[in-house]
Amino acid sequence: MIELRVVYVISAREFKKFLREKSRLFSSLARPLIWLFLVGGGLSRIVPTGGNITYLQFFFPGIIGMTILFTSIFSAISIIWDKEFGYMKEILVAPVSRTSIVVGKAVSGSIVSTIQATIVLMLFPLVGLKLSLLSVLLIILLSFAISFSIASIGILIATFYESFESFSIIMNFIVMPMFFLSGAMYPLRKLPEIFKLIAHFNPLTYGIDALKNVIIKEAGEMGADFSLSLDLVIIFLVSLVFIFLGTKAFNRRV
Amino acid sequence: MSIIHVDSLSKHFNSIKAVDNVNFDVREGTIFGFLGPNGAGKTTTISILCTLLRPTSGTAIVDGYNCVTQPAKVRRSIGVVFQDTTLDKDLTAYENLLYHAILYNVEKSERQKLVDDALMFIGLYERKNDLVKRFSGGMKRRLEVARAMVHQPKILFLDEPTLGLDPQSRNNLWEFITRLPEEKGVTIFMTTHYMDEAEVCDEIAIIDRGKIIAQGSPEELKKSVGGDVIYLKTTDNLKALSIIREEMSLTGRIKGDELFITVTRGDACLPELIRHLGDIVKSVRVQRPTLNDVFLNLTGKEIREEHPDSMDEIKESVRAYRRRFDRT
Ligand SMILES: Nc1ncnc2c1ncn2[C@@H]1O[C@H](COP(=O)(O)OP(=O)(O)OP(=O)(O)O)[C@@H](O)[C@H]1O
Ligand SMILES: [Mg+2]
Repeated sequence: MIELRVVYVISAREFKKFLREKSRLFSSLARPLIWLFLVGGGLSRIVPTGGNITYLQFFFPGIIGMTILFTSIFSAISIIWDKEFGYMKEILVAPVSRTSIVVGKAVSGSIVSTIQATIVLMLFPLVGLKLSLLSVLLIILLSFAISFSIASIGILIATFYESFESFSIIMNFIVMPMFFLSGAMYPLRKLPEIFKLIAHFNPLTYGIDALKNVIIKEAGEMGADFSLSLDLVIIFLVSLVFIFLGTKAFNRRV
Repeated sequence: MSIIHVDSLSKHFNSIKAVDNVNFDVREGTIFGFLGPNGAGKTTTISILCTLLRPTSGTAIVDGYNCVTQPAKVRRSIGVVFQDTTLDKDLTAYENLLYHAILYNVEKSERQKLVDDALMFIGLYERKNDLVKRFSGGMKRRLEVARAMVHQPKILFLDEPTLGLDPQSRNNLWEFITRLPEEKGVTIFMTTHYMDEAEVCDEIAIIDRGKIIAQGSPEELKKSVGGDVIYLKTTDNLKALSIIREEMSLTGRIKGDELFITVTRGDACLPELIRHLGDIVKSVRVQRPTLNDVFLNLTGKEIREEHPDSMDEIKESVRAYRRRFDRT
């Protein structure tokens, strides 16, 4: 049973804090911008894309995916951090269902992540892309859906989270591989078979693919690997399965 | 009528018996104190009572509901102030209380009034739109108590409510905590390791290493010490101890560089004591029994002398870090 008031409180709190903490916004935007212009900009000069888009344009959906990946995972991990040292106890001791807390946390992480993704998205003219207003709105909606699926994965990870040390383990063994094996930097069809296979099991692959379906529609060889509807179905299923598993694990841990 | 009923409650963490077969009852409308040193099991007991921790065995009934099988009902009846702050310091005082009211399903039409009343009660109404991180430690603690009262709980749990506060803020906080049972009819369950704070309780349970070792009103407990305590400093405590045992047939104990003896009439006993010990006595003082003596008498140690174990140290340094961090 999901209580909307709980989702509201958790999200309103996160949103207010996000608006107040300008430094958090800037520091979390720094990573995608550095990757986009330093890595993407550099590769753009030496990588021939063969299609009718530049490498920088190809990389753009991947950068939005990266923004979503980091923001969603780390806001989800705060569920456990909050529990040891703070506000989560206030929520846990209130008469609210555990499922509502997990959903609330996923929604609040998704809101923040969507805002960040939208800010990055607004840079599209800088890489020479043209997007209609409708596409922009569609991308924002997609960003929310992708954020939600990644945040639900983050919550499940968080329930295994024991200490600060596991932070770097999560970074190195989950987050970074998820990024590299997602089709963000290379079209899936050009990856070696083994990596291609792994990428098929990576939920972020479908998120970024959905973005490619809208942002670089006419890229041919360099474009999306799957259809938008397949991407959406998988994003939806991933959200459902991980929210379910996350709630189970959270119940057991807390 | 007991509003909290605890029966053979135990909680083990692997080999540690944090709570070990504890029994007690709390009467409605009273202040019940859990007094004990670091690691005694106070927080663990509170966590079980407020449904955040499952006991290993035993039962806990709060407001007629079982803490394990009816946690949602228990949560509706209680308000909790945790040992470590759970305020959101990046929100305003008002927001912290308002969100609390929503979480507890307080009627929309009443929220505003209840939040304002709570802020008024603790004298922070004028600061309601300030971010909590701009508050002093004492103000934060008061705000936390106010927040726990917003949904008008029947029972209020306070885990070391005055930890880390200066004496003035402590008095300030106690002043309105003790008003609560009379003015709002709430029952208070609190923990502390400050002896003087336990004096405000109607009933105290002294807990050490997970076990309740004494229970009663502050007066009863002090009476149980069996009179006054004489503290002695001598040039040779061991020798003094054997003289007291053999020649006066009194029992004394050594603690630190002092020797203490419990007697019915301290003033009457002094001359005789000095006569027996002669000039090895360096100093003497007589004290009416305090709760500290109760603890000392039962365990042979001061309540505050325990060395914190490593987990406590970690928690303590995190707290210290947060306190520093919170201020910025
Ligand atoms: N989650 C846990 N895992 C393992 N051991 C624990 C856990 N929580 C508490 N303990 C242990 O249980 C014992 C009782 O701890 P508790 O926190 O209840 O003490 P306390 O009386 O509240 O002490 P303090 O005055 O320091 O707050 C301690 O030995 C502590 O190390
Ligand atoms: Mg404690």
